[in-house]
Amino acid sequence: MRVGDVNGEPSIVEDASRFAAVIYPSHWRRPPLIADVRLRWAISLGVVLYLVVGIGAVEVNWGRLSEGWERGLRFLGGFAQPDFVSRWDDIREGLLESLTMTLTATVVGVMISIPVGIGAARNIATSPVYLACRALIALSRSLQEIIVAILFVAMVGFGPLAGFLTLAFATIGFLAKLLAEDIEDIDAAQVEAIRATGAGWWQVLDYGIRSQVTPRLIGLSLYRLDINFRESAVIGIVGAGGVGATLNTALDRYEYDSAAAILILIIAIVLVTEYVSGWVRARVQ
Amino acid sequence: MAIRQTPEGPIWRKRTGLASVALWCGWLALVLLFVVAWEAMTRNQIWAFVWDAPEQAADLIDRMVPPRWSYMDQLWAPLWDTINIATLGTLMAILLAVPVAFMAARNTTPSVLFVRPVAIFIIVASRSVNALIWALLLVAILGPGLLAGIIAIALRSIGFIGKLLYEAIEEIDPRQVEAVRATGAGPAQVLDFGIVPQIMPAFAGITLFRWDINIRESTVLGLVGAGGIGLQLKASVDGLAWPQVTLIFIVILATVILSEWVSARVRAALT
Repeated sequence: MRVGDVNGEPSIVEDASRFAAVIYPSHWRRPPLIADVRLRWAISLGVVLYLVVGIGAVEVNWGRLSEGWERGLRFLGGFAQPDFVSRWDDIREGLLESLTMTLTATVVGVMISIPVGIGAARNIATSPVYLACRALIALSRSLQEIIVAILFVAMVGFGPLAGFLTLAFATIGFLAKLLAEDIEDIDAAQVEAIRATGAGWWQVLDYGIRSQVTPRLIGLSLYRLDINFRESAVIGIVGAGGVGATLNTALDRYEYDSAAAILILIIAIVLVTEYVSGWVRARVQ
Repeated sequence: MAIRQTPEGPIWRKRTGLASVALWCGWLALVLLFVVAWEAMTRNQIWAFVWDAPEQAADLIDRMVPPRWSYMDQLWAPLWDTINIATLGTLMAILLAVPVAFMAARNTTPSVLFVRPVAIFIIVASRSVNALIWALLLVAILGPGLLAGIIAIALRSIGFIGKLLYEAIEEIDPRQVEAVRATGAGPAQVLDFGIVPQIMPAFAGITLFRWDINIRESTVLGLVGAGGIGLQLKASVDGLAWPQVTLIFIVILATVILSEWVSARVRAALT
């Protein structure tokens, strides 16, 4: 805790007899989050200016808003009485697409991520392989799923296959990066011990590295399964299959009760997968 | 761990016979599930579209380069909108998430039995729905525009900020709270002097991190009509104006990288 005036040091006052007397302040002041006074004021001023300009830029159509209020209430009413029945065939189709897409994309994504992740670990990969794998990871991570989905839809046409490709591609960036970091953090002594028995490169990989990273790899794969399901509900908006397309259609038709049913199902499935994957991860790790 | 006896002597095995059979069955089940899922997924697939995908990709790339740089003039305003959506959405989320976090944290909640479950439910519901889906709903309710985007970002961020913040509140040092209380401070003063200073660094880090994610998400919100640069993206994709799409991708990528850099720098300076 800082005690004192603006400079934070007790002020020194010299008296006539040239003995230095220290005067301690009697008030405690809370230390600021940003120590520099000028920076603090500049940031505060900037924030206020931005708020004025930024909020001014938002055009609010109040007439449309009051109209929307009534629709919002109808939508909330839809949540109170979700309609699972009248569009059930579409909903089932969409959910099935989402689930199959999620599963296949996660499996294929993990299968591709493992070699890429091994290649992107500095401690076992050679320089050119390392750079190539890191470049692939950076590319996959910097492109958002929905943008990748637009490109894949343009390439392979509408449908869940485009979604599968999108999710598999996104999985690579996520999983390979974390796997590579995990491999870089392993206990080198164990690898050394395996190598000392005369093991070749593959044997070192199998007994020295795989055994150390497998629990975390399983945990991360399950976590990614989770994420992929959530994403699969979104990429349907651009035509990549899944329940997102069904939701989009329901909203376009102003069928708020069906839309509420779809949302409830999405939230329920997300909760179940999150719970199951958390339970498995806790057991594996 | 198991030792298997063979004519050549004992061999070390990682698993017992039963465990390895169970593991093998597990893998078999996964493979079967994968095959079934794959079949179900590709049942309606028209493979002719897939086989000419390399050609399509080459064609697409051919049409996408060079980017139409002159289109940049029309992108500055949507870009500013995008940044506004992310920033104002984050600010709105802070206003909503802070009370939720205090209600969700075990040590500050007014009632563990009644208030905490509600707060946790708000956090979970917000987290399990993507910002784009929130935007889809809000555009249907409020009509297209920035406001729908801002609220969508805010609703999605409540869960994120709320969850991380309430975990930070639960991890505070209770002795400092105790010390402030011992001076005779009321509940509001305990909050102000005992709890808030302890979570302030975590809070700043969390919000900056979320702001950076929100910039990323707000670039695509326009795809469903919620304002920002995504509107231009949708118009260009629908109009098959691929050179413009390329430019928009470049702008989005640059914005995302820049915001990531800014947030990483500021977070590093704070801690």
